[in-house]
Amino acid sequence: MTRTLRILGTVLLALLVWQAVVTVFALPRFILPGPHLVFGTLWTSRALIAEHAWVTVTEVLLGLGLGAALGFASAIVMAASPVARSLLRPMLVFSQAVPVFALAPILTLWLGYGLWSKVAMALLIIYFPVTSAFFDALMRTPTGWLELARVIGARPARILWHIRVPAALPGFASGLRLAAVYAPIGAIIGEWVGASRGLGYLMLLANGRAKIDLMFAALIVLAVLTLLLHAAIDAACRRMWES
Amino acid sequence: MSAAPALRLSGRATAGGAPVFGPLSLEVRAGEWTCLLGPSGVGKSTILRLLSGLGGDVAFDGVAAADDGAPLAGRVALMAQSDLLMPWLDAVANVTLGARLRGEAGRRDRATGLLGRVGLAAHAHKRPHALSGGQRQRVALARTLMEDRPVVLLDEPFSALDARSRALMQDLAAGLLGGRTVLHVTHDAAEAARLGQNVLLMTRAGITSETPPAGPVPRPFDAPETLAFQGHLQRQLMEVE
Repeated sequence: MTRTLRILGTVLLALLVWQAVVTVFALPRFILPGPHLVFGTLWTSRALIAEHAWVTVTEVLLGLGLGAALGFASAIVMAASPVARSLLRPMLVFSQAVPVFALAPILTLWLGYGLWSKVAMALLIIYFPVTSAFFDALMRTPTGWLELARVIGARPARILWHIRVPAALPGFASGLRLAAVYAPIGAIIGEWVGASRGLGYLMLLANGRAKIDLMFAALIVLAVLTLLLHAAIDAACRRMWES
Repeated sequence: MSAAPALRLSGRATAGGAPVFGPLSLEVRAGEWTCLLGPSGVGKSTILRLLSGLGGDVAFDGVAAADDGAPLAGRVALMAQSDLLMPWLDAVANVTLGARLRGEAGRRDRATGLLGRVGLAAHAHKRPHALSGGQRQRVALARTLMEDRPVVLLDEPFSALDARSRALMQDLAAGLLGGRTVLHVTHDAAEAARLGQNVLLMTRAGITSETPPAGPVPRPFDAPETLAFQGHLQRQLMEVE
């Protein structure tokens, strides 16, 4: 209850500051529209925004699911095999050295203007945090457990599956929490580079037509969706750990 | 369980050129409970690790083996100071961990029976976080018994428990591990005085054998001869260095 009140208080304060800035500096609506105008547009354009939001949500969820699965599998392969580790690790670092932003036009060229170039962007942007968080956790299994397993006569593959993977799941979960915040960035960049649907596309379109209130409305929806995604993943990870 | 062998270890161990222990030699009698008592840092745990096949981090020049000539691997169970329970598994699943790690069928009925014998029948489906330190160590004892190995190596398994739980745990372990070759590393003279059918005192100077009072173990913690032996061991510990 107090937490809800605190959040409400923060939101209210932000809205007040926003309105104060608009009023004090007498900003025109095509530079910074006030909150009442933005929320008015959010309500009147709700069908339009919902339609585009749905597209972005689909891209984000697909990218998140595929990226998490790929990151999970890569980290396990790297943890299991020193050869795979020496081959994949430099590639993983290199994939971070290339800015994902720079890849967006190429991905659009290869995968088209539709859904999959954005899914690929979201996937690429979360692959590294998920893989490295899970891999690091897999390599940090408490020594006592590994020694116990050795004395017990365990097979390495079974040690990996029955001890190292479950022990590393909190690391995987922290990777996923980061991914929940990063994945929408990937999808939006993809939409900016080339799309005909999605919240990123809608924002560009509104900006081009000086409909700054619509742009802000889309931005607010995007932020709220990202927060919800993060909260959902956080709750899911907690439940997974407790059960 | 196959016949319990005697254990022999002789030689010296170094880590990065610095001596860990030795040269020394010790024998652990077949089917008896031997306490290896000594202050911290004299290499007691290293001896245990060498016998359990975990000596990878020290250079050992010597022999650590069973007297029957067969390899020790697969005949040793290890119980450490930390219970090493998996927090995501309930008590029964922790007890059957060995079978799962080897890819064998887990015998849950036997595991439940063992949990009953360590007094945890009502807690079989609890996870470690819902158990007290003493209860967790009893689950670890049940896991050790589940392995049914003729040689059991104990590395200060009761030292983190409060005085009451420790005494109860000592009674329980002495009863349930009887007939196996047990090597119990401890720095607690009272524990060695209660449990050791043989007591080896390990200091930087080497290993000496101390003669415990006659009679079965565990000895009563308040019997005069137990207390006298405890005092004797404590004096030996105080006189080193």
